[in-house]
Amino acid sequence: MKKSVFFGAMTVAGLAAGAAAAATLDDVKSRGKLNCGVSTGLAGFSAPDANGEWTGFDVAVCRAVAAAVLGDGNAVEFIPTTAKTRFTALASGEIDMLARNTTWTFSRDVDLKFDFVGVNYYDGQGFMVPKELGVSSAKELDGATVCIQTGTTTELNLADFFRTNNISYEPVPIETNAEAQQQYLAGSCDVYTTDASGLAATRATFDAPDAHVVLPEIISKEPLGPLVRHGDNGWGDVVRWTMQALVAAEELGVTSANLAEMSGGTNNPEINRLLGSEGTLGEMLGLDADFGAKAIAAGGNYGELFAKNIGEDTPIGLARGLNALWTEGGLQYAPPFR
Amino acid sequence: MTDQTTNSIAFVADGNIPQSPPPARETGVVKWMRENLFSSWANSLLTIVAGLVIYMVLSGALPWMWNGVWTTSSLSECREVLAGEVGGCFSVLSERWNQLLFGFQYPQDQYWRPTLAFVLLFIAGAPVLFFDLPRKMLAFTAVYPFLAFYLIWGGTIMAPIVAFLGMGAAAFVFQTYGKGSFALGFFGAIVAAFAVWIIGGALIPEGASETAMLQAVPSRDLGGFMLNLMLGVTCVSLSVPLGIALALGRQSDMPLIKWICIIFIEFVRGVPLITLLFVASVMLSYFFPPDSTVDLFLRVVIMITMFSAAYIAEVIRGGLAALPKGQYEAADSLGLDYPQAMRLIILPQALKISIPGIVNVAVGLFKDTTLVSVISMFDLVGMIRGPILASTEWAGVYWELLGAAAILFFIVCYGISQYSQWLERRLATDHR
Repeated sequence: MKKSVFFGAMTVAGLAAGAAAAATLDDVKSRGKLNCGVSTGLAGFSAPDANGEWTGFDVAVCRAVAAAVLGDGNAVEFIPTTAKTRFTALASGEIDMLARNTTWTFSRDVDLKFDFVGVNYYDGQGFMVPKELGVSSAKELDGATVCIQTGTTTELNLADFFRTNNISYEPVPIETNAEAQQQYLAGSCDVYTTDASGLAATRATFDAPDAHVVLPEIISKEPLGPLVRHGDNGWGDVVRWTMQALVAAEELGVTSANLAEMSGGTNNPEINRLLGSEGTLGEMLGLDADFGAKAIAAGGNYGELFAKNIGEDTPIGLARGLNALWTEGGLQYAPPFR
Repeated sequence: MTDQTTNSIAFVADGNIPQSPPPARETGVVKWMRENLFSSWANSLLTIVAGLVIYMVLSGALPWMWNGVWTTSSLSECREVLAGEVGGCFSVLSERWNQLLFGFQYPQDQYWRPTLAFVLLFIAGAPVLFFDLPRKMLAFTAVYPFLAFYLIWGGTIMAPIVAFLGMGAAAFVFQTYGKGSFALGFFGAIVAAFAVWIIGGALIPEGASETAMLQAVPSRDLGGFMLNLMLGVTCVSLSVPLGIALALGRQSDMPLIKWICIIFIEFVRGVPLITLLFVASVMLSYFFPPDSTVDLFLRVVIMITMFSAAYIAEVIRGGLAALPKGQYEAADSLGLDYPQAMRLIILPQALKISIPGIVNVAVGLFKDTTLVSVISMFDLVGMIRGPILASTEWAGVYWELLGAAAILFFIVCYGISQYSQWLERRLATDHR
């Protein structure tokens, strides 16, 4: 009987399929909720806390977009996705956007038909070694045994790095980050390599974090950013400029503390355009004039989000590094709001 | 003469010898150990080695458990409290127990609903599992699926009522017409059920869920061990009847039915469960428009049910094949038609033979429900691997969490296997 219900529902769904529209922005507005794909759990980037509230750096992007579009940073339905299900969830329309520490690569952008709207975290592959090994540079790792997750780009990057530097290594293949952590601590390998943010998060959970060092070399580029479906450029613009508003806010000194004051109008026209007291930027996106102010109000500007979720005062303890503003030697650079 | 008589007897016992205890090596613990543990040098060696292994395991595990910390709020605090001593960080269980049991999205003030549904499950299951109980209790069993649905998902009470009325109409039609002709009763019942569902579904007012007495909880918010239990119970109870139908269909004389059943069984058995789950979660969403999709829980239930039904069908086919042909012929010679013969003679015997196999599939199925964690459903294992190990407080706690999961699963699976052994003893009517 249950099967009959299923087939009945399938027929009905098939009939309704023709009516589905493409404009994601209208869908989100009429639904009153943003469906945002996040990871099933990655320390600092997206994980539910003891009360079941999602927190993290990727989650903050979802909340900012929800706030910009719907005026409420909590109007988000977080859809947890695994590395295997994330792209189909986005392509099939189950989620409106994906913010799941996904590396921006050519084939994902072009072949899988997605649009990466920016980079919210510049990551790169690094190495962690026990301090007692006395190694200060990855180039001294000749002959080392290396714990490496199989089937990832990190595996290929590692081979390239050792080959270009003409040194040898012995790989210890492992399946997951959790397993790697155990193997590394048990001494099965001298070195553990994965994305630098992952290394920092892993090291933070150790019994004695100070006994391990992350080497200065970063051997690959892993720009992580949110993405949307190809072909709905209006929606892509909404997500892109919401994220850029957070970066611009940090650049212009707009924080969650002085936001209310600055929203009233300042003598800097760019701040006024960003926060909506001047110009028609919001209207062009199909949003309210103060979409930028709402996005910032949801959690703060880019720097505040970074400090709160993964910054140096958190257990993850990441330095800004490449993710500092361009004015401070980093790569975060918001195009002008004009 | 008398002298000679007295002198010729060297010794006359004038009382009983006091009873002495048996030799120390032939009594009590010593005897038991001598016979069971040290009866030969090989056994002695094995005993000593086994003793050493047990000692090593316990000396490692017991301090870890006794020193365990239950009250801190993060792993680093645990380490501070322990200050380098061996001990488990069980605080993760006392802080996150609700997430392990119910998932992290189920509303916390509504935990009583799934708990009540769980307790009622025993009352509803009792008359099915223990058939010595009064048959009238089956009335509650019939209501239970709809009651449990209402308790766990909440929303408008009209939905389960309409579903129940549809099933009731189907049962009524089957009772009325099924006696004359099985096929008429069967298809009439399906038509009746759909008629009630469609008419009833149209009568439920739009937006009834929002004003309902029990807050509606979407399927995505279910999780934890609750999800494993729900999937396990639903899929086992659906796949046993489906498996019986498939097993009978495979032995049918009607070629169409026979081939459909064979293809279904062989296809499903030839595919790993995890691919079926991926189809359920990923592929099906391509076929539906974004806003009108079949509930993920229902999709997963259908896939797991299909999977285990195919296995149960093969187990039952084994039971059917084990029956002597005389049983079938006896049924025919009594003038019973096919449904009667099956219901009264063949199936009761075949199912009895199949019990161990069915239970085996059921236990395996229950543990397989943890596979849903790969399609981002937060069952018990999904909760541990995802949110809890990814939180900054608890990253790095493995033994405590997975040990707790193992204990929960062991309790349920051991319970199922004990029940099946009781059932076999209870049904043993032969003289072996």
